[in-house]
Amino acid sequence: VYAGTYGLGRPALPEEVAAWDLDVSPNGTGLPAGSGSVMDGEEIFADQCAVCHGDFAEGVGNWPKLAGGADTLDHEDPLKTVGSYWPYLSTTWDYVNRSMPFGNAQTLEVDEVYAIVAYILYSNDLVEEEFVLSQDNFLEVDMPNRDGFILDDRDKTEYSVFNDSCMSDCKASVEITMRALVLDVTPEETAAKGAAVE
Amino acid sequence: MSESNKKNSPSRRQFLTGAASVGAGALAAGTTHASGPDPLITQVQDWASGTGDGVDVTPYGLPIQFEQDVVRRNVEWLTADTISSINFTPIHALDGTITPQGCAFERHHSGAIELRKEDYRLMINGLVDQELVFTYEDLERFPRENHVYFCECAANTGMEWAGAQLNGAQFTHGMIHNMEYTGVSLRTLLQEAGIKPEGKWIYVEGADASSNGRSIPLEKALDDVLVAFKANGEALRKEHGYPVRLVVPGWEGNMWIKWLRRIEVKDSPVESREETSKYTDNLANGIARKWTWVMDAKSIITSPSPQAPIKHGTGPLVITGLAWSGNGAITGVDVSIDGGKTWVEARLAAPGQDKAMTRFYLDHIWDGSEMLLQARAKDATGYVQPTKTQLREVRGLNSIYHNNCIQTWWVNESGEAENVEVS
Repeated sequence: VYAGTYGLGRPALPEEVAAWDLDVSPNGTGLPAGSGSVMDGEEIFADQCAVCHGDFAEGVGNWPKLAGGADTLDHEDPLKTVGSYWPYLSTTWDYVNRSMPFGNAQTLEVDEVYAIVAYILYSNDLVEEEFVLSQDNFLEVDMPNRDGFILDDRDKTEYSVFNDSCMSDCKASVEITMRALVLDVTPEETAAKGAAVE
Repeated sequence: MSESNKKNSPSRRQFLTGAASVGAGALAAGTTHASGPDPLITQVQDWASGTGDGVDVTPYGLPIQFEQDVVRRNVEWLTADTISSINFTPIHALDGTITPQGCAFERHHSGAIELRKEDYRLMINGLVDQELVFTYEDLERFPRENHVYFCECAANTGMEWAGAQLNGAQFTHGMIHNMEYTGVSLRTLLQEAGIKPEGKWIYVEGADASSNGRSIPLEKALDDVLVAFKANGEALRKEHGYPVRLVVPGWEGNMWIKWLRRIEVKDSPVESREETSKYTDNLANGIARKWTWVMDAKSIITSPSPQAPIKHGTGPLVITGLAWSGNGAITGVDVSIDGGKTWVEARLAAPGQDKAMTRFYLDHIWDGSEMLLQARAKDATGYVQPTKTQLREVRGLNSIYHNNCIQTWWVNESGEAENVEVS
């Protein structure tokens, strides 16, 4: 029963909720009806996405790589992509639909989003070239790292361990093992600062 | 900034300046010994004779020109562009606990947008008795609260996992600010809509293109989360979410949704991009933690530090810094000058407050020998801030976020400080 304690605000209209409530959940809730093929996706991706993410979703320069990195998560320098890391396909659909392309978000049609997501799957070797993604087969796609996440377990693995409040004779010797000035990647000061110091 | 002043890094320049004064012999016991009367005293100065600015000169003021180095800075190589990027609060130059809004760090995913109060709408939808739309004016009519909280980016100190990288507290620990917020309890707004029994989570998103959507369990949403429209007494800055942002006390900054436009009550989390691809913490075995919401107890010595070297020579030295914990109030801060062999308890400027910054001081007599400075925070749960070695033993090197390790500054005999790691 609607409480309306302060009687502030007004009822949201169905059209308004539909316009803003776009999120898609792992179980597919929120997915609109539609479909798109890898082949269509390749074309749209080339037009809309490849300038930053590369023709094969492999990434350009410092821009995010969307494909690759399979089985690297326990390596020294893991490559975390849709294929290697993301647990749910819903997230890819949801994020592309709402926030991509960067600088021109919310301009893609529903079928275009399906097609782009299909192409990203293809780029990660997760579907065949003939694949067509739709709201009907969406949950059948196998995401390799679906089981790669655990809930925050700091209360068990850290909180009971991190209690060292030793005050004296805490260690016999101390050596410097690493120095930031050796790496020398800190930004330079501005000219204005130099002038002010002098 | 040109290549030509590449040698003029802050620490080097300040070091050179400091070295010059050593050469001039101004360092004796840290006190300037007057060889004669000081003309700044014996001669009438312009400011003591003429007049200053009228009260109509500065309707809204900026810091005096001599403080122009107390500014936000970015690190270009960290991100692909400056739109989805980060900058850093100059914590090395600040004191007390309240961060001036004008130099408080920014983190955007699609830039700082401009959203007028007249154009602002907040929607509550999903598993509620009545889906609602509020205007900005509506929000100002709900009962208000004031609270001081820190907002720390989950990635603060994240570049330091593999080693000592960036040379300055601003860069290693400056993805943080601490403000006094005024706003409406999120509980009040959710009660206005009426939560259905199946409601277990909320999903919150911003009005910007990135949306920055995140899932928050209802328990937290009904506890201490604020829908804030003022910070440090005035409206939020554009870059901090004007006109309305979410304040999520103690939890990682990513969840403090700016330009807040929608709150959806749900029976399950969305598992959005910002809680799957990002803000999940990869462990050494390739398994990642998700929903690592709380920011653990942490501290940093802000001065002396690489950007704030000792220039006054031996004698009295104020060692100062900040401590904070997402798990409650700071109860104490220990400081070591020998890299963690021995510790002394610092003085808290005020008793620690829940999920807010605490300022600490150690009034030290410096004998001019080198120091390995460290601070170690303790919070109300009994948690003691760990070393980087302790964290790496549990997590490995690739978790990116939540690096709350003890920081070491190596202060040499000239007073210059450097970011180092010690055994």
